[in-house]
Parts: sequence; C-alpha cells; structure tokens
Amino acid sequence: MQFKDRFSQVFSKFESGLNGESKLPVHQLRKDALQSFHEASFPTVKDEDWKYTNVSVLADLNFELASSADEALLMPILEKSKYSDENFCHLVFFNGIFQEHLSDIIDQPGVFAGNLKTGLKKYPEVIEKYLGKYATHKDGIFTALNTALMSDGAFIYLQDGKVIEKNIQVIYVNGDKAPVSINPRNLYILGKNAQVKVVEAYEGVEGAVYFTNKVTESIVDANGYFEHILIQDESTSAYHISTTEVDIERQSVLKNYNICFGSAIARNDINGRFNDQYGELTFNGLFIGHGKQLIDNHTLIDHAMPNCQSHELYKGVLGDMSRGVFNGKIYVRQDAQKTNAFQENKTILLSSDAHIDAKPQLEIFADDVKCTHGATIGQLEESQLYYLRSRGIGPELARTMLINAFADDAVQNITIDEVRESVEALIAEKLA
Amino acid sequence: MLLEIKNLRAAIDGKEILKGINLTINKGETHAIMGPNGSGKSTLANVLAGREEYEVLEGEVLLNGKNLLEMAPEDRAREGVFLAFQYPVEIPGVSNTNLLKNALNEIRKYRGEEPLDSMDFLNLIKSKMKLVNMPQDLLSRSVNEGFSGGEKKRNEIFQMAVLDPMLGILDETDSGLDIDALKVVANGVNVLRSPEKSFIVVTHYQRLLDYIVPDFVHVLYKGRIIKSGDKSLALYLEEKGYDWVKEHTDEFMAV
Repeated sequence: MQFKDRFSQVFSKFESGLNGESKLPVHQLRKDALQSFHEASFPTVKDEDWKYTNVSVLADLNFELASSADEALLMPILEKSKYSDENFCHLVFFNGIFQEHLSDIIDQPGVFAGNLKTGLKKYPEVIEKYLGKYATHKDGIFTALNTALMSDGAFIYLQDGKVIEKNIQVIYVNGDKAPVSINPRNLYILGKNAQVKVVEAYEGVEGAVYFTNKVTESIVDANGYFEHILIQDESTSAYHISTTEVDIERQSVLKNYNICFGSAIARNDINGRFNDQYGELTFNGLFIGHGKQLIDNHTLIDHAMPNCQSHELYKGVLGDMSRGVFNGKIYVRQDAQKTNAFQENKTILLSSDAHIDAKPQLEIFADDVKCTHGATIGQLEESQLYYLRSRGIGPELARTMLINAFADDAVQNITIDEVRESVEALIAEKLA
Repeated sequence: MLLEIKNLRAAIDGKEILKGINLTINKGETHAIMGPNGSGKSTLANVLAGREEYEVLEGEVLLNGKNLLEMAPEDRAREGVFLAFQYPVEIPGVSNTNLLKNALNEIRKYRGEEPLDSMDFLNLIKSKMKLVNMPQDLLSRSVNEGFSGGEKKRNEIFQMAVLDPMLGILDETDSGLDIDALKVVANGVNVLRSPEKSFIVVTHYQRLLDYIVPDFVHVLYKGRIIKSGDKSLALYLEEKGYDWVKEHTDEFMAV
C-alpha cells in the first residue's frame, strides 16, 4: 500500500476517534493539512533536499496510529532517561500520549508548561494564533502529516517577563509490539523578557519499529532567552523525522542543541529566522552513528534582518557503516547588513565504511557582513592515542576520551550541568 | 635486574634503525644514552614504550623478566615504564587532570587496586606539582595545548612524578630548554631517583648530565652501542664532538 493511502486510512480512524474534539478550530487545521499531505510529493533522492537520504522504506511499513502504550515496557526507559526532580519538571509522553500521572504540569498566572490538549482548554486563542504558523502544512509532506495527525505534545507558554526557574524535560518514550506512528506536536511561546530551558528527549525501546514524526515550533519575543536541547536516542530500528521551527524577535537569544544518537534513519530539519534586529541564534549539533544508521541534519538560518548573529557548530562521529549528512544553509538577505554568521562542521570517521556528506550553503545578498564557514572530515589522531596509551590508558578509554574531547565543543555551552554530564555518559555508552 | 635488552633490531618504514642493541639496567641505576642525530636514540626510547610504527626485527626486551615487546603500550605503562616524549602531543579538550586521573586509575585497576578517590587524587597531584613548580592553571588546561616548550617538558616530568614508574625514559627532555627550565626538569627527576627506580636519559648534549648525573653512559652510533663507560665518557664526548667520533670510530672505541 502506498504511503499516502496508508496514512489516509490512519487519518480516518484518528478522526472518528476524536468525538467532540473534532468541533474545535484546530481540527480545521488538521483537515487542511491532510489536503496538503495529499498534494505534496513523497521525497525521493532526486529531490535536492533528500539527495542523501532515502526514506522509501517508510512507504513499505504498515504503521498504525499509536493509541495506547505498554507502561511496563516503557517505564524502565523513562526511569533511565529522566533527569532529577531537583532540577527539572517533567512532561512525559508514552507513544505520544501524555502521561499526566508521571508529569509535573506548571499552571501559574502567566506561565503554563504541560500538554497541548490541556493548553487548548486554558489558552485556546494563544494556541490558535501560533500553532501551525511557523511550521506550516505547506512545508512538505512530513509537516503536513504531523499537522493532520497531531493530537498532543508539549505546550510551554510564558507571558511577558515570566521566567521558569526549574528546567523542563519533555520526554517521549516510544515503542510497541506493532509498528506505530507517533506524531508529537510541541509549541513553545516565550513572551518579551521571558526565559526558560527545555530539554526535549526522544527515547525508545531498542529493537522496536516505529515512526516518530515530530514538529516543534518555538517563538521567542523581544529580549527573551530560550535554551532548547534536543536529545534523540530512539530505537535503532525506528525512524525519526524531526522538524523544528524557530522564530525570534528583537534582541532575543535562542540556543538549540541537537544531539542525535538513535534511530535507523534520523532526519533533523532545524530552521531559524530573525524577525527583528540584534538577535542571536546558536545551532549546535552532535551526532554519533554506528551500525547502518543514517543521520541527516539540515539546518537553515535566515538572516532576514540586520545586526544579528548566528553561531553554528555541528560535530559528527561515525563508525561501522553509518552515514551522516550535514547541510547548513545560511541566508543573508539584502537588508541584513552587519550580520555575523559563523558555521563549522567537523566529522570523525571511525571506520573506512562510514560516510559523511557535508554541504555548507551560504547565500549572501548583503555586502557589509562577516560570514565564515568550514567543514572538515578526519580520523582520530594516532599520535594522540599512542600518547594516552603510553600513560597506561587502554585503547577503548583512550578513544572515548578523544571522542569526548572532540564532541565536547558542541555541547560544552549547555548551561545545565546535569544535561552535559548525562550527554557525556551517553557518548561513552554509544562508543562502548 | 630491571631491564634487559638483548640484540634488539628495529625498523621504521622498512629502514633498519636499531642494529643489535644490548643493554642491562639494574634497579636504582641511571643510564645516559648519547649519540649524534639519526643514531637511533629516539627509536630505542619509542620501541621500549611500544610505538606501533616501529617494527621489531629481532631480539628480546625483558622487564622484571617479562617479555616487554609482546605488551601493548598501555600494559608497558602499567608494568612501570614511562616515556617522557621528545615532542609531547597536544590533546585539545582533554585536561591534564582528566588524563592523569584516568591513567592512574587504569594502572591501579591493572594492579588490582581500588581507584583513588577525589581527595587522595588531589592531594597526590598537589604534592607532585611542587616537585616541578607546575603552575596550577596547567592542570585544568588541555594536555600540552598552547604550552611553551619548557611547559611541555615540565608537564612530562610532572606526569612521570604522578605515575611513579619503575623505569623512566627521558627522550631528549633537554632539547629546547633554557638553563632555568633545564634545572627545574633535572631537579624533578633527581627527586624521583631512588634505589628502586631506574632511568634512561636519552640526550644529544652533555649539558643535561651536569644536572642528572648518570651511573653509566652509552654511545649510540648507527644503531649500535659502540662504547659504554661512566659519566666521564660524556665529558670526553663533549670535548671531542660527534664529528670526531664519526671520523675516528675505531680510535674512539679503543679509548
């Protein structure tokens, strides 16, 4: 059965299960998205944006919409990946379904951190105003599909001047006996001067086959600060397609860390726009692949306004027969004078069968700008390995130390110690 | 007997550098190995430490009766061999502390000992830092990254002091050092000398041996030890120069 036919059936089932919810305005958005889904073409390697990533396998699998979760199966993974209660509020989703009893919803005057469904009751106008405006269903088949099938996700909303002191960890734990389709839809809205740090983690039951197709929209109003850490450690038999849209206003700072270790095929699209002057975007990434994994990172930073800064550092470590893609677009529009854009991509190949396609893509239409970019591909330095071994350190630990040192650049500016330490431990685990 | 080298022949890139080295080092002895450039001094140091680019063609090296040449570089270190590099490698992103902590604990694990806790580790580091006048900030900095030549050599001796080997091999530790730095480095080594520890000091110049006074001096030339003697041999060599040795090899050997 074709991909589109399969998901039309999935949608019909989904819609009939909505009952009263189908009366909400958001359902019109779903129906429009379904229309776009049918009009969009399924990507093939002939499309420039999908040149290195063949997702035709998605059309061959009989995905059903996830409608339940086996708590006994998912609970141990949640326990393992959950950060401390001391530093974090948790929003937990099993197969995309919100687990209220395992979560800490924040609902205070002017501040909400919880799930989208609850948010829709509390702040319907806010959600209606922003949802689907940044990641639109015209943006390609996967965003259209997510929008058509969206039922829940994380919703974080801070009104002007609000700060959430505790960090928030949004955790999706996925996996079932049958191949399920999971469509998380996250919306983060920060008002003027608002601040929050959010870890958005995707974890899975190793060996489970499923398809996570997530969309996140982040909007940061003037002078806001948003630190957003994506951690993807899904089952290596799963498929993970991730779209993250970022939109920042005057003098705002947004830092996105894209840490990707899991899934058979991972495709991350992260798109950022400066809507006003003096903004600052950081897009850092770290990906580690092994086996036959494919990790594809596409980023876009749109310098639509003058006097903004962007900083982008992507580091990859690829072993076995794994493959990686880095495609980093930077647009500097004609009016965007005094832009300062830095982009760097470095990859270490641990085996002769590992492969990376690196493509920096800068399109600059302004003349008074500073833009630098670089891409390197290398291996671990034998002389460094020998030096460490000559001090009594075994080859595995020596490799881990060097890879950690290599990778650290991309994550060292994460301001939450617990997250940085856990990422380092994960790196060691992945390389063992 | 700590170390016994028997008829050691070794090559790199198919070119034979060591052409039959014989050397015995007892506990507590310091041996200097001198020789002109290209004589094989650094090759000997690296073959002993286990650098994999070198191919051992023949011979045997025993450390405390164990076959050293069959051991991986890390196992040689765990058995008590330490090489102070001629050109210490820079490792961005790995701090000195991180390196030493991992190295110490790997060595302790090999010997069946518990890992050091943070307090004991810190105390050990602090006491050893004084030995070589290590500035505190070099500890948290990446290994050798951006260090001056003198700092790099000092760092090697500092690492040696922390790891406390049975056999310390100093590969041209004096090269590129001014006299003050040389004294610091030599002092660091002298403090470590004991009836239980042995050292091999590889050097081109006699100068270092004014400060680290050896029990034996060996002259390496074209991959062989052509002459051995006490510390006076180094002075003789300094006076005559390597060119004289090259031109009058037979005469020199007869002295």
